[in-house]
Amino acid sequence: MAAVAADPVVAVHGIVNRFGRQVVHDGLDMEVHRGEIFGIVGGAGSGKSVLLRTILGLQIPRAGTVEIDGRDLTQLRGAELRSIKRGYGVTFQHGALFTSLTVTENVQLPLIEACRLRAEVLEGLADLKIRLVGLPPDAARKYPAQLSGGMVKRAALARALALDPPLLFLDEPTSGLDPIAASAFDELLLYLQRSLRLTVVMITHDLDTIYRTCNRVGVIVDGRMISDSLEGIVRNPHPWIQEYFHGPRGRLASRPARLGTALADSPGRQ
Amino acid sequence: MYLECRVVDGARELRARGRWCAESATELARVVDEVEPAGPAAVLDVDGIEALDLTGAWFLHHLEQRLTQSGTAFEWRGARREALDFTGALLAHGPAGVPEVAGHRHEEPLGAIGRWTVQRGGQAHDEIDFLGRIVLVIGGAFREPRRLRFKSVVRHVYETGIQAVPIVALIAFLISIIIAYIGAQELRQFGGEVYVVDLVTLSVLRELGVLLTAVIVAGRSGSAFAAEIGVMQLNDEVDALRAIGLNVVEVLVVPRLLGLVIALPLLTVVADAMGLAGGAVMSWLVLDIPFNQFLARMQEAIAPTTFWAGMLKAPVFAFVIAMIGTFRGMQVRESSRELGRLTTVAVVESIFMVLFVDAVFAVIYWELDF
Repeated sequence: MAAVAADPVVAVHGIVNRFGRQVVHDGLDMEVHRGEIFGIVGGAGSGKSVLLRTILGLQIPRAGTVEIDGRDLTQLRGAELRSIKRGYGVTFQHGALFTSLTVTENVQLPLIEACRLRAEVLEGLADLKIRLVGLPPDAARKYPAQLSGGMVKRAALARALALDPPLLFLDEPTSGLDPIAASAFDELLLYLQRSLRLTVVMITHDLDTIYRTCNRVGVIVDGRMISDSLEGIVRNPHPWIQEYFHGPRGRLASRPARLGTALADSPGRQ
Repeated sequence: MYLECRVVDGARELRARGRWCAESATELARVVDEVEPAGPAAVLDVDGIEALDLTGAWFLHHLEQRLTQSGTAFEWRGARREALDFTGALLAHGPAGVPEVAGHRHEEPLGAIGRWTVQRGGQAHDEIDFLGRIVLVIGGAFREPRRLRFKSVVRHVYETGIQAVPIVALIAFLISIIIAYIGAQELRQFGGEVYVVDLVTLSVLRELGVLLTAVIVAGRSGSAFAAEIGVMQLNDEVDALRAIGLNVVEVLVVPRLLGLVIALPLLTVVADAMGLAGGAVMSWLVLDIPFNQFLARMQEAIAPTTFWAGMLKAPVFAFVIAMIGTFRGMQVRESSRELGRLTTVAVVESIFMVLFVDAVFAVIYWELDF
């Protein structure tokens, strides 16, 4: 692939994570290139969330390096680390919105921390991001407990985009959504990714989301990652991957029309 | 640095340059604010911009909006950038701005009192309702003892009682040393040092032992009850219990209540013993009263009822603390701030109620000459 030559946005090498006797990652490598949507797939307990937490610096690995834009996060401290953290946005599986703040206040929080802005400007910028993710205006004044599941996911995305990061990490963005809301979220993600030229790293179980949005997919099996383009990974002979993509649900999600659009979309971005 | 301004033929020409990105939002806001909305016409040239993201584009639109609102004819110049159009489309779509919530209306004092009264009334109703549910569960347990959930009760006796022994013992010991010390200083003036023994034994057994224990337990366990149940509320665990068909009061409230009603009297015994020990040590060290004399004097000072006068209050205090803690926990809805607020309320209220009930006991004992 041509993209391999370009320097990766996220490069993870030789990650080892162990909890007691349980080995989660055993020399895991992963590279994400600029402008792609990279899906992380794996069975329950295969360490998808642990990998994300490791990349975000929430979990210190036993060995290995995590580089974002060529800088090793495990070696950075203080102001430098903060500047890298401002360069990416994160959404967590259950949204992780701050329950005591309204949606607007949730979106404003990163802005308030990073910049010194007047209330009027903060309102305007938060309003922009709320429009960006397609939330209705009356959602802005609501508290997270008053939102539906899909709106929580969108509000979390608005907060992740508050500082216009070029890189996004999403943990199961479509889990718990009905198929219509999930597919609307897929479209939103594709739209944002194309309009804002984002690089997206996404953990997902949703085969429809993978086929619709991802350019490349990394599968965590046996503590390591096998990553390939979408069409490549589907043909990978590993039994778990075969089971995953060609089990009863996988066959349904990969109906030719859909796979066709997913494949047709991907080369255009190179 | 981000915006150059010059006047050509009476029209202002603004040149944006540099990186109009989120990372320099503070400076961008300042630069945009500095542009005075005056003059008949203005041109904004965006060709000099090196990098533009949505935040930067929003500031450019914000500038446009400020100038046009003050009647300046505004014109864009330079290559249109995608981010600019994208933001423009977003802003043009739908109603401008977030709908304002109605601001805080000035409230009449009478209205405030009325609102407060209604709230209080509603809450009193809820509290009595809660008490009634507890009584129902305990009443039902006479027919079906299994409903008391002994395992859970034992766990709460351990957590609220046994784990609190060190702190209760230490505080009781220290307090009685303080009382003995102050008492010795005062009573020495009258040559009545030996009455220190009366002072310590009576105050510890009747009041301080049980009261201090209750206050410590209110701080430790009252808050824990409110926080545990509050987090369960936030995680929908309480609703899950209801959906399974379990009685929430039976599963969450009564075991805590019974556990504390068992644990607090036991802790009071510990506090009484440690308090008396503290008094005895002080009497020996400061007043040269040996232990056997302390014991003899103590037996003269106390009536058979003295110990029970303190002890009787313990289960009542326990009931009050556990009920307030669990009740406040059940009230948590929606946000983590509520959880913190109600945990605080639980502790403050239960300490207040313990003191209030203690005062009621004092009056009753006085009337009964107990």
